[in-house]
Amino acid sequence: MKFNDAVFGAVLLVLGLAVLVHVPSFPSIPGQKYGPGIFPGVVAAALVVCAVLLIVSGLRRRATDPWFAAGTWTRSRRHVVALVVTVVGTVAYVLLAEKVGFLIVAPILLFALFVSYGVRVNVAIVTAIVVTLVMHFAFYKLLRVPLPWGVIRPLF
Amino acid sequence: MDALLIAFQMVFEPKTLLVMLGSAVFGLFVGAVPGLTATMATALLVPVTFFMPPVMAIAAIVTATAMAIFSGDIPGCLLRMPGTPASAAYTDEAYAMTRKGQAETALGAGLVFSAIGGLFGTAVLILSAPTLAEFALKFSSFEYFWLVLLGLSCSIVITAERPLKGTVSLLLGLLIGCIGLGNPAGFPRFTFGSTELLGGVGLIPLMIGMFAVSEILRFAVDLDPPLRIVDQPIHNVFKGMWALARKYPVQVLRGSTLGTLVGALPGAGADIAAWMAYAMSKKFSKEPEKFGTGHVEGIVESGSANNSALAGAWIPALVFGIPGDSITAIVIGVLYMKNMNPGPTLFTQNPQNIYAVYLLFIMANLIMIPLGWACIKASKRILRVPRNILMPVILLFCIVGAFAINNTVFDIGVVLVAGIVAYVLEENGFPVAPAILGVVLGRMLEENFVTSMIKSDGDLLAFFSRPLAAALGALTLAAWFLPPVIRRLRRLAGV
Repeated sequence: MKFNDAVFGAVLLVLGLAVLVHVPSFPSIPGQKYGPGIFPGVVAAALVVCAVLLIVSGLRRRATDPWFAAGTWTRSRRHVVALVVTVVGTVAYVLLAEKVGFLIVAPILLFALFVSYGVRVNVAIVTAIVVTLVMHFAFYKLLRVPLPWGVIRPLF
Repeated sequence: MDALLIAFQMVFEPKTLLVMLGSAVFGLFVGAVPGLTATMATALLVPVTFFMPPVMAIAAIVTATAMAIFSGDIPGCLLRMPGTPASAAYTDEAYAMTRKGQAETALGAGLVFSAIGGLFGTAVLILSAPTLAEFALKFSSFEYFWLVLLGLSCSIVITAERPLKGTVSLLLGLLIGCIGLGNPAGFPRFTFGSTELLGGVGLIPLMIGMFAVSEILRFAVDLDPPLRIVDQPIHNVFKGMWALARKYPVQVLRGSTLGTLVGALPGAGADIAAWMAYAMSKKFSKEPEKFGTGHVEGIVESGSANNSALAGAWIPALVFGIPGDSITAIVIGVLYMKNMNPGPTLFTQNPQNIYAVYLLFIMANLIMIPLGWACIKASKRILRVPRNILMPVILLFCIVGAFAINNTVFDIGVVLVAGIVAYVLEENGFPVAPAILGVVLGRMLEENFVTSMIKSDGDLLAFFSRPLAAALGALTLAAWFLPPVIRRLRRLAGV
């Protein structure tokens, strides 16, 4: 997952300029010259300078550094799946946990992760359930964190 | 003296001792598993410490990190893979000793000199922090502005192979720190209309993402085959340690001193201390040719350096609120949550808390010896714990832990985004430590910058008007401009 420096430079340049354009819209404090815009403005200006330097250095190394070089793992299906499950699984937790409930989403997430990381299926099932229950006990009971019950709320 | 008594009571309370024991076991385990770092141990502890009184929370973090930095040596010695980055400097050396049948000595030296280094760093912390705090009471916004800027500059100069990338990382951190209401004017900046962002991006979810989730992502795409453990009986690891201490007193002292100093410099922590100490040990050694072939001298020196760096990092963290490494960056977040705001007033108003921190450091480094010994004994079993089971469990822990701070799933999103961004940045040579420092120190930098600008009515020369401020300002400018000048001169000289 290597990008040429110029790619980072371009992204950062856009970010820095966006901040610089946005900052003057911040209100000033009456009677004071230095409002909430000055500090982010200075930081963004510095970022723009760095971004330009990155673009220059990236273009200079264009011969050896391609725009984008995928890591060797991208050719291994198992590793791509593992990465996708990790990211998508976490997003799914964020979207579903409140509605469906921790005790249902967590073991499914764990099971999917275990299997995609190469754990045997029966070990994965048992571990997923045990870990979920331990985590629920530790956080819900001991630390009183309101982990969402979701759809099984009526059962308790 | 009353304060000291209260501190004793707080530390030796059974509950606190129990927390220390638990965090010690946790720290030893996390340190011993390759891919899990001491910083990650701290980030994972925070959601739990959130529910503890301040001294107990600090006890958990101090103990866990000290243990993790030591136990990182174990897989380095037995698998040739450092358990934490702080052990990477001498992993090859330790493994070479193992292959010569000297695993006992390598592990013993790691353990004993870790404890000695840690105690040395603690002694420096105890002796220097109160004096510095008294000094810091005289600081105005100008001095604080320069001090923060100096700290941030150090983090770039020391850590980054390419200072430009370190600077980018720092600036991104500063911008993230700008999000929300937390600025002198109390105006909501860059919130995109989101109520969750009004309070800013949570430091804890950010840390969990950058230091734990990024490691999990790295594991998910890791192609390396599982490592084979060297099967070698380990008997008495303490055998010959006294002789080593008598043979290498200068090395221990030098390593500990360097470690404490590097630790106290913002942005550089135990890992850089270990690399520098190892290099220095080789340079000054009478037998440099033996380095790399399984020679214990470098392990003695850098093993004491990485643990002393831990304590050293607390000096600027407690006195100025400027973290010395990424662990204390998290600690500062915890201290603010516990209303134990770091700064010189912490020493005058709550001396018992400071004494408690000292005691905790001493205790942690003392119990390291028996617990570390037990960990070495159990090491083969720990190293067999399959990481493909461990990593999903850690991910769920990150999710639940991030949720626990504010009870909002928004923070879980922050964890994931921070993890992905940190992973991509690190893959491309951008160090993440400056970004964290930027987030932690951004507000302090801005407050002192704006206050100073208002006081001086925009006159930048006023930043040098007080002698102390001028000195700190000169140091900061030197940190920026000296390294490139020296590099150019060297190139001109053809060296």
